[in-house]
Amino acid sequence: MAEQTVHLKIRRQDGPGKPWYWQQFKVPYTPGMNVITCLEEIRRNPVTAGGKPVAPVVWECACLEEVCGSCSMRINGTPQQACSALVENFKQPITLEPMDTFPIVRDLIVDRQVMFDNLIRVKAWVPIDGTHDLGPGPRQPSKQQTWMYVLSRCMTCGCCTDACPQVNDRQDFIGPAILSQVRLFNAHPTGAMHHHARLDEIMGPGGIVECGNAQNCVRVCPKQIPLTQSISELGRDTIAYGVRKFFTQPDVEM
Amino acid sequence: MAEKRIIIVGGGLAGLMNAITACEQGAEVDLVSYQPVRRSHSVCAQGGINGAVNTKGEGDSPEFHFDDTIYGGDFLANQPMVRDMCYDAPKTIYLLDRMGVTFSRTAEGLLDFRRFGGTLFNRTAFAGATTGQQLIYALDEQVRRYEAEGMVRKFEHHSFQSLILDGQRNCRGIVLTDLRTMENEALLADAVSMCVGGNGAIYGQTTLSPVLCTGSAACRCYQQGVWYANGEFIQIHPTAIPGTDKCRLISESVRGEGGRVWVPRSKGDTRPGRDIPESDRWYFLEEKYPAYGNLVPRDIGSRELFDVCVNQGLGVGGGWKVYLDVTHIPEATLRAKLGGVMEIYEKFAGEDPYHNPMMVFPAMHYSMGGIYIGYGKETNHRDRLPANWTDYKHMTNVSGLFAGGESDYQYHGANRLGANSLLSCLWAGRVLGPEMVRYLDNSDLPELSGKVVDAAVKEQDEEYARVRAMTGSSNPHLLQREMQEHVAKYCSVVRYNSELKQLDAKLDELLDRWDDCTVADSSPHANQEIVFIRELRDQLLMAKVIVMGAIARDESRGAHYKPDFPERNDEQWLKTTVAEFDGDRLPQFSYEDVDISLIKPRLRSYVTASHGGQEAKDEK
Repeated sequence: MAEQTVHLKIRRQDGPGKPWYWQQFKVPYTPGMNVITCLEEIRRNPVTAGGKPVAPVVWECACLEEVCGSCSMRINGTPQQACSALVENFKQPITLEPMDTFPIVRDLIVDRQVMFDNLIRVKAWVPIDGTHDLGPGPRQPSKQQTWMYVLSRCMTCGCCTDACPQVNDRQDFIGPAILSQVRLFNAHPTGAMHHHARLDEIMGPGGIVECGNAQNCVRVCPKQIPLTQSISELGRDTIAYGVRKFFTQPDVEM
Repeated sequence: MAEKRIIIVGGGLAGLMNAITACEQGAEVDLVSYQPVRRSHSVCAQGGINGAVNTKGEGDSPEFHFDDTIYGGDFLANQPMVRDMCYDAPKTIYLLDRMGVTFSRTAEGLLDFRRFGGTLFNRTAFAGATTGQQLIYALDEQVRRYEAEGMVRKFEHHSFQSLILDGQRNCRGIVLTDLRTMENEALLADAVSMCVGGNGAIYGQTTLSPVLCTGSAACRCYQQGVWYANGEFIQIHPTAIPGTDKCRLISESVRGEGGRVWVPRSKGDTRPGRDIPESDRWYFLEEKYPAYGNLVPRDIGSRELFDVCVNQGLGVGGGWKVYLDVTHIPEATLRAKLGGVMEIYEKFAGEDPYHNPMMVFPAMHYSMGGIYIGYGKETNHRDRLPANWTDYKHMTNVSGLFAGGESDYQYHGANRLGANSLLSCLWAGRVLGPEMVRYLDNSDLPELSGKVVDAAVKEQDEEYARVRAMTGSSNPHLLQREMQEHVAKYCSVVRYNSELKQLDAKLDELLDRWDDCTVADSSPHANQEIVFIRELRDQLLMAKVIVMGAIARDESRGAHYKPDFPERNDEQWLKTTVAEFDGDRLPQFSYEDVDISLIKPRLRSYVTASHGGQEAKDEK
């Protein structure tokens, strides 16, 4: 790439409920630069492309190597991690926007608390007895570990949830990431002890029935988690469970 | 008896485990973190966690693990607590297994173990090459369960500012800032623990997050009279991808799975690595260290890489890079066992590591030093410590204040072995919960005056307002860069007193220029600039602890290497460095004898494997 500068167009907002506005910046290009290094350049010298000194853009980041999920934002329209967004792979001006399916805090920072609240809804943990010594956990086939490991890499980054057209202010869809975590915990030998409770939760309002099969989620997941496969398996599980439940007396243990 | 409530600052592996074990004892927990705890820096750990489970039938045992750790640490660690940690390690691994960590498995469905640096045994459990991520997610999930039950309150997007100390210097709570509203508030509890990680931001060229890992929280404690130990012991990891924003780690487990370090035999060989034949490759670690090969401990690895590139000029293309080659390992194995690391190299170095040897160089990675804590043993500093200090493990020199994880100093001596950090964080968490609750149950504290609390909050309000009003000429981001460039250059693998003294003078100059900083953002909402400027001062003060500690210590031990004093000097220096803030900007140093009651110090050389581990292997 022969460009000497990187041209960025950033959607800013001073706080919740405030109006949003665009600002443009030009920063010097260095090979291997990613979007975060561009933002750091702006912070070092917060002057717009038009020469106006402004408050530096604020954003969230932590690990800088795509394992924490902090730096999610829309880059040229697609939600992704900013740290691994190498500048040379993007058409300029590179447009940065917050993932505004979530409430905006300021500039590129959004509040993803709803995802963590949803993890509580579906009991996304393994119910151990305690930290005292009970020896090793249950044996698991290596093949099972291989696919469970992939699901366990979910960073709760929110990209899938932002990309999903069914997550919006008109409905309460729990989103692909949380559904995939249900599949993970239901597959674990001990986690499966809450199997039914999780399925009950996702068969309720905002649950799996809201998925419209747009398949945006699996396209944007930075860890290539097979989200649509998870949702499809859960669809099958909930149908089977629902049918068994229908034919079971309410007071009988399922 | 104090109320059964504790505060934990830091939501990484140590802090989360601390929360779990405290809740189990019936305590309520307030957990403070910059960002959602699931995103803590622990998530970056790659290679694995050590425990002598011995499922490979090699005759491994916690005793060998203990010896490897003490030897690896060049005998600077107090031994009894390291032994306890190593003996507990298998149980810790099994606990994480039961919590659902997706550890890699053997054909029989058991946990798999691999080899790591500084040992001859396969004792590292792993989840692909993203072990830290899976461990912290499991703990995050367990804490969420307690959160759902109302036992844990999370203060995410909050930043610790100061300790609240009563008239007798007991710790009674903290002041923290809401990073959205920028408001300061007090959180009260009679037991507080600091699980606040490392300080890579001081170096810049680091595998830590230079954004997140500022060491600021530990330094604030230090500024309030909490002792800081062994600050000069900084681990430089041999294999990281050089970079301007961060040096991304290439895990030691890559070498554990057979990765080989080499440089071209002829200086300035311009052929691409994959085209250089075996005969023209110099596998310098394997040649010099036949027993440990590429898995020498990190201080030795970094010194060798440094020597080859900087002194001998034999780096790749004459630059500061060596090859780390996995092209001889089947792709399926690499994907299964090292997938996460391969991904990082591919994404950030822009090259295919499956078919091209990776290019790496050492980068700052870990702080062996940290907040001073005790373990129930006596010390020559006894007269300056609270009366109850030997009663509680992991308590600092301030009664009611505890510390653990990377931010404590106790387990790794002068050099940390790979895969022992995940262990020491979890071990610290397991110790902290019960100890803090026991402290609460046995402590009779005076009532806390509302005036003391108000004064502590007011002090932070005033400091915040003072910084916000700064309109000087120093750009704080450029100031930080200057600090990082100098520290990374002069206080890294090779240390000379003349250079360290110049560096110390530079730090003083930067501290003066800090007073002249300018603030580019005066917004009252989600203001990152003012936080950055305040934390920069903490980094400068902590840099002084590191550099001045290094100047004082005239010997070479573990990661601290001075060519002018190349030998280890046990007679004068088998001591812990203890730093106490003088109230202005200087650390005052004193030294504490190391507890060597269990393993007698011996010469540390990895050229041969003449110690416990090899004897066991030889017997088989």
